[in-house]
Amino acid sequence: MISRRDILRFAGVAAMAGGIPGLTFARTESDARFVLVILRGAADGLAIAAPYGDGNYRKIRGELALPVPGESGGLKKLDGLFGLHPSLSNVYEQYREDQALIVHAVASPYRERSHFDGQDVLENGAAQVGSLRDGWLNRAIEPLGGALGDELAIAMAQNTPLVLRGDNSVTSWAPSQLPDAEESTLRRLQDLYASDEFFATRLTQALDAQAIADGEAGMAQMRSRGNDAEQLRTMMQAAARFLTAEDGPRIAVVEASGWDTHANQGTTTGSLANRLESLDNGLLTLQSGLGNAWSKTIVAVVTEFGRTVAVNGTRGTDHGTASAAMLLGGAVAGGRVVTDWPGLRSADLYQGRDLKPTTDIRSVFKAVLAEHLGLPETHLDNVVFPDSKSAEPLRDIVRS
Amino acid sequence: MKYDSAIAANRFGLGAKPGELKKIDSNPRAWLLDQLQGPSRLPGELSDLPGTAEVLVDIQDLRREQREMRAAATDQPAPDIVQKYGQKVRGHYLEQTNARYQYAVATDFPFHERLVHFWSNHFAVSADKQPMPAVAGLYENEAVRPNVTGNFADLLIACEQHPAMITYLDNQRSIGPESMLGRRANRVQRERNIGLNENLAREILELHTLGVDGGYSQQDVTTFAKVITGWSIGGASDTGRFAEGTPGEFEYRDMIHEPGDHTVLGTRYSQRGVAQGEAVLRDLALHPSTARFLASKLATHFVADEPPADLVDELAATYLEGGAELAPVYEALIAADTAWTEPHSKYKSPHDFVVSTLRAFDHVPNNTRFIVGALDLMGQAPFRPGSPAGWPDSAEHWGGADALYKRIEWSNTVSRLVGTRIKPVELGDDVLGATFSTESRKAVSRAETNVQGMTLLLASPDFQRR
Repeated sequence: MISRRDILRFAGVAAMAGGIPGLTFARTESDARFVLVILRGAADGLAIAAPYGDGNYRKIRGELALPVPGESGGLKKLDGLFGLHPSLSNVYEQYREDQALIVHAVASPYRERSHFDGQDVLENGAAQVGSLRDGWLNRAIEPLGGALGDELAIAMAQNTPLVLRGDNSVTSWAPSQLPDAEESTLRRLQDLYASDEFFATRLTQALDAQAIADGEAGMAQMRSRGNDAEQLRTMMQAAARFLTAEDGPRIAVVEASGWDTHANQGTTTGSLANRLESLDNGLLTLQSGLGNAWSKTIVAVVTEFGRTVAVNGTRGTDHGTASAAMLLGGAVAGGRVVTDWPGLRSADLYQGRDLKPTTDIRSVFKAVLAEHLGLPETHLDNVVFPDSKSAEPLRDIVRS
Repeated sequence: MKYDSAIAANRFGLGAKPGELKKIDSNPRAWLLDQLQGPSRLPGELSDLPGTAEVLVDIQDLRREQREMRAAATDQPAPDIVQKYGQKVRGHYLEQTNARYQYAVATDFPFHERLVHFWSNHFAVSADKQPMPAVAGLYENEAVRPNVTGNFADLLIACEQHPAMITYLDNQRSIGPESMLGRRANRVQRERNIGLNENLAREILELHTLGVDGGYSQQDVTTFAKVITGWSIGGASDTGRFAEGTPGEFEYRDMIHEPGDHTVLGTRYSQRGVAQGEAVLRDLALHPSTARFLASKLATHFVADEPPADLVDELAATYLEGGAELAPVYEALIAADTAWTEPHSKYKSPHDFVVSTLRAFDHVPNNTRFIVGALDLMGQAPFRPGSPAGWPDSAEHWGGADALYKRIEWSNTVSRLVGTRIKPVELGDDVLGATFSTESRKAVSRAETNVQGMTLLLASPDFQRR
């Protein structure tokens, strides 16, 4: 089938991307899908998976402590120590089917408390602040053939988050309610952009994403209206379409903001519970949209850092350090909480206030990249996450 | 027409209106300097807006109704109350947004207006948290606009004490543990952790003054949070002590203020009451880290994503020499050669693109949702950066593939609205002047239709950059 993308590519700046559409061996060799979900604002890991079995939990979490498993509205029991937030019912179902895994007391190498630096380090994969301008997921796809032509990864947004920025061609997509520009206008723009690489590459990438969206029933009707929950659902639905499209990307990044719960974060109900519910619904939408591809999928849900263990003066929590990450999908060896639990006594806390990090988030990412996407560990240690040899990949979290 | 005219109008201003380049061509730099005072009178669309207090009271009644119904019926409030609240908030948001963009398109002080937008983004309150959509535009007019060419310390204090900022960063109920109320509450109910919320204090240090590498510690954050306990708003609750004060206005509450002297960044502050926090802010305004941080942000906004280091140094030095006066910094920026050499070094944000397009057309469609819808679609919903850091200011951020495609789609859509009324080549010459490249001009002039020509002009690299 000759798509609009092919026509445009060969009519205009065919040589730009230097590739031949279809020659994307990564896609034929492996059907593995990876979705990275970034929770911006520092999601509270102690609410996502609460350590109800830790003797200090109830005391230190005070009025924000969640009811134990079995109580009405209580936590969903993960094991003798941890319970999942009651809003995460779909995640819990996956957990019971061994397709969800929680990594607790996890953090990036960043140890200060700025959201923005924290997100930078989470996304650029550096060992410290400010040292890399591109994202680890972009560097990661180099050996997968990202340079061969079509984009292997897509950001579900108008703009590309740092984690996906870099030399390897990626694209982005968000719903539109504007009419398409005429094809002849697009061709002329390609010509006009030919001498300006910034515009030329972006238009090519956008047209690739548009061509896929054009070929998928219902995508043209998608709208980004509604509240955050509805928008997240739309983006998850769209991500599933792209990841299952024949010539589509195999990696997607979805962002969800609003996790900075400084005041009145609530417990089984309230603002954080609502966010978690919309996340849970979004993940369910993604799963159903992926259909059979779910069995070859890993979704990683991560945040820049955690929140204070103690409640602050306004029934919320302030910026902390370690949090929890979730892995979901048919390719996850789930049904477990993976943690070297640091404990919640005040002597156990990082700087006397935060959950102490015992697992490096790069160990989680490396495991997924190595065992799920088949990337060589030397590439991961040196290029994707420079200076990260000490952060060894977590073993046995990907189904073999 | 001179190169400088196009740079003055498109980089420093908000994009040339038809005839603007011709008008300023005799002395573009003087045109910028003359704007520093701003207009003597604001037009009706901005001056007729209600005040923040009025709006907060207006929506508070509906919030209270929701709460009362919830309490009375022990279930969810009636959907029509929730809907009414949402409609009311959205009504305020659209009214303020519309006023902002009507004015931005019409103003003959576009450089001054760019400074207003710059600082309102620096001190961002994001409309993704209630009740910000109802007041973000008012905050810009009340706290930012009067102070953009004055002293940074005054701008800083006006922003931090504005009810929008106090509410956005959760300071209204941050309670000093040793304050009257803090001690009493912690005595009565030990496990109920009455106390600090450090959100505002941290973001003042990180985002508004010193910058993240500016040399403060967690201890400084915590102590500074104590210093500004009591910075609250009137009517912060329906009953009880937090109800005191004029609803919706800044209210200093001594009963929750952490008493005593406090040391922030090595300086001991022995003032009492609200003066203590103001003294910290005045010192922060004069801190060399603040000078560097602000200089770097200004140079990034006006010159390049990675501005020349000597320009940043020069602006920071000017700022410190002037005791945080902002006008001399803008003057130094205008005088700097590096600001005038590279014509297209900044990729426009969606906001810049939409405003400059409508200025080129000299027209805002009479539909309040038009601009909000366009900017939302391009990833920059007005007053909604999603975090207190405000919108990023780099091509790396705004350069998403889909974002460019949306700009093309929108260019095509507005070009159809304009139809054949405007000739694209003439408009290009008029608003891009010497920065209209031969390639772009050729492409536009060879277009099959007027609509296509206009789309090519708007989507051209020349128009997409400033």
